[in-house]
Amino acid sequence: MNRALIVKIIALTVWGLLLFAPFLFQDVRQIEVAARICVFIVLVASYDLLIGYTGIVSFAHVMFFGFGAYGVAISMKHLGAGWGPWFLGLGAGVVVAAVMAVLIGLLSLRVKAIFFAMITLAAASVALVLASQLSSFTGGEDGMTYSVQSVFKPATKILTDAEGKVLQVAGVRMNGKVLLYYFVFAISAGLFWTMLRIVGSPLGTVLKAIRENEARAEGIGYRVVAYRTSVFLIAAVTAALAGGVYATWLKYTGPETTLSFAIMIDILLMVVIGGMGTMWGAVIGATLMVLAQYYLRDLMEVAAGATANIPLLPDLLSPDRWLLWLGLAFILLVYFFPAGIAGTIMEGRRK
Amino acid sequence: MGKLDRFGGVFLLPLIIAAVAFVLIGAPSSWLTLTIAGLSMGMMIFLMASGLSLVFGLMDVLNFGHSAFVSFGAFIAASVLAYFGGWLTSGNIALNILAFTLALAAAITFGAAAGWFFERVIVKPVYRDHLRQILITMGALIVAEQLILAVWGGSPINVPRPHFLEGTLIIGQSSLEIYRLFAFVLGAVVYAALYILLNRTRMGLLIRAGVENREMVEALGFRIDRIFIVVFMLGSALASLGGAMWAGYETIITPALGAQMMVIVFIVVIIGGLGSIQGTLLGALIVALMQNYVGFLAPKLALASNMLLMMAILLWRPSGLAPAVK
Amino acid sequence: MSLLSLRGVDVSIGQYSVLHGVTFDVPEGGVFVLLGRNGAGKTTTLRSIMGLWKPQSGQVMFRGENIAGLHASGIARKGIAFVPENMGIFGGLTVAENMVLATARGKFDDARLTRIYELFPALEQFWDKQAWSLSGGQKQMLAVARAIIEPRDLILIDEPTKGLAPSIIAAMGEAFREISANTTILLVEQNFAFAKSLGREMAVIEDGQVVHRGSMADFVADQALQDRLLSLSAEGA
Repeated sequence: MNRALIVKIIALTVWGLLLFAPFLFQDVRQIEVAARICVFIVLVASYDLLIGYTGIVSFAHVMFFGFGAYGVAISMKHLGAGWGPWFLGLGAGVVVAAVMAVLIGLLSLRVKAIFFAMITLAAASVALVLASQLSSFTGGEDGMTYSVQSVFKPATKILTDAEGKVLQVAGVRMNGKVLLYYFVFAISAGLFWTMLRIVGSPLGTVLKAIRENEARAEGIGYRVVAYRTSVFLIAAVTAALAGGVYATWLKYTGPETTLSFAIMIDILLMVVIGGMGTMWGAVIGATLMVLAQYYLRDLMEVAAGATANIPLLPDLLSPDRWLLWLGLAFILLVYFFPAGIAGTIMEGRRK
Repeated sequence: MGKLDRFGGVFLLPLIIAAVAFVLIGAPSSWLTLTIAGLSMGMMIFLMASGLSLVFGLMDVLNFGHSAFVSFGAFIAASVLAYFGGWLTSGNIALNILAFTLALAAAITFGAAAGWFFERVIVKPVYRDHLRQILITMGALIVAEQLILAVWGGSPINVPRPHFLEGTLIIGQSSLEIYRLFAFVLGAVVYAALYILLNRTRMGLLIRAGVENREMVEALGFRIDRIFIVVFMLGSALASLGGAMWAGYETIITPALGAQMMVIVFIVVIIGGLGSIQGTLLGALIVALMQNYVGFLAPKLALASNMLLMMAILLWRPSGLAPAVK
Repeated sequence: MSLLSLRGVDVSIGQYSVLHGVTFDVPEGGVFVLLGRNGAGKTTTLRSIMGLWKPQSGQVMFRGENIAGLHASGIARKGIAFVPENMGIFGGLTVAENMVLATARGKFDDARLTRIYELFPALEQFWDKQAWSLSGGQKQMLAVARAIIEPRDLILIDEPTKGLAPSIIAAMGEAFREISANTTILLVEQNFAFAKSLGREMAVIEDGQVVHRGSMADFVADQALQDRLLSLSAEGA
């Protein structure tokens, strides 16, 4: 059987589960997990467009995610919970992300690719510091809570039965919350589909040529800097859109959920676990990591409790040390499975 | 192009920044205090950044985990100082100096050992593969930061200073902290030693040649990988020393220290240019002076101002102000 | 016995196979010339001998010992020197420092240094200047001088006349003739006029394979062979 097809089937199965998530998983926390997976698939896929298809490492992806989220949050907080402010905020976030992407890209992509990693890291840190310090505008460390469009409120009846009560389909109440989930799902699926199209388009072919042999591509006449900057721009705008959607879902935006370095590390892990340069791998990586984040931590808590009498071990096993084990797993993955899950499945037979 | 044009020009930048700041600040005494603080901070940042710059110049290896050496240096020095707390507060200068020396020595030793481990285990398998290098050293940084959290906990730690470095000198109306003066002198001594190592010894000759053209040094009969590990250990030891000094400068440290310093160190090496210690010193002084002046004039914009400065310099000189000849 | 023998050397760089089964012998003494069109694999051959590329298979026998796969520094210590196409000068170092690096122990053999000064007087004149300030010809002289400051058995030289003025090329030719009196030179050259004035034995490489071996005199005499093998690079003939 075609190995690429296996990866696609796995990824499409995940999308299928996400489509029916409100019916399959009716627990509040489970829906939370499903929505997070949707958003992170987009975030990781857009990052894969950058790292997997051009080979350049950016640490500013979370910053663009944050721009989108803060755009929506600030607008909704100050201008009210309508569609107008929503579009305005999202648009502003996207524009800021686009401008920053072009600026950073033109400044640093013409030098050494390795400068790019350092400069994006510095830019992201500055954004994080500014978001925490300009608290009158951004809510500072605490972030902001706000209400979203009334159609997304849990009390809103989307479908009603004959008596005017909220309609139940297969035991699920058709209220604003479910609508909001499908809103998140639809935008995420749409963006993911768009990125698949980009990768399959002539642009994707050029990108692969540049990744294989930069000097050669330049020799053929491709303007490498222009292509890289445009991919960086596409990735940044997509991340900002994902941020805006996530801010709508959470009804809260703060440094921890949308700007912190921990999220950047999550994205890196997801893209490496899934498989760089595969696009479909983003679905697998994001799903596994989000699931692990929600459920493995519980397990660590139990393990730390069980080893409470042994020195140091409970410290290492406590859920706070979650990142320690992720970091180790990450190093081992990059050493031994740089192709990630999707990449390893796809090339499995050749080895 | 004449040598003066190439170097004299950009090396005047710190002076220009200081002069502009003098006008903007207005009060000479505050200006002097800020300038001394900036210079001493610059020297400590130079210690942290020099290794990163040389390691990149020599092997094209960019170590994102470099700031872990800074954090470990700071925390180890803090622990040693706390352990010898009695010696520090005693009036006996000899005990003071001994405890402080032990703390710095512990940081340096750990830095060198950790550098050896890092180079062999983390970096060596991914020479010449920038993508995986960035990812793996970043992974190592996460692990190192988590280890610091596991060992020292997440809450701020007080760093006792030796008695003989406490206090201030009053010159006119400006007060100058003795610790800062000491940090400046220590940094200057290390810079001088590095300069002599690079310019007056055969080892330094090999390093400078290797930064320019690694392959040719090998074709002349030298093992550049053996030189490289020495440089890597030296660089991490200096980073730990910088961290140890920084701990005493801040007097309260948190595990976030590494991440904060990493950003500053990156800005420094990008501004200064990779591969040369002159460039690193220049970058460190510029960034530290800016940080102090802007921190005084508009506190919230200190880091952002350095970011803007970096962007401006990249526009002007894409490889930094004074990179190694390649 | 030949000083250097390549037997079936295969080299791939990335996914591209550059050399397939390169085989030829360099006898001791004189200048051996390796000819071929651009991209034929001449530079890769030199770099593989020097250990800067690792051959996937085949042998590189130097004085009867297989040196394929050894580290470049080890090969250098066996008595092989390399003058790459870009000359490999350390521009930030002085001429003196460039020369010191090429010595095994950091000390000069006075007799050798005197001989180098005679061959290349410019080097003595600019001894304390930084190497980036030298002219192209002087840099090439420095690169060659570095290769002969220690006693070597074999010097690999990659296109030394590229971009140089005719008068300097002539001086370079004289220097090579003198050096080759007691050191073997393996010369890669596009400038056929220069090559034929120096070479005793020669080989032609094409698409990563040796397609002709023989004496330079025979090759010079056979115009048809030259046209066939060097049509694109024989302007100097």
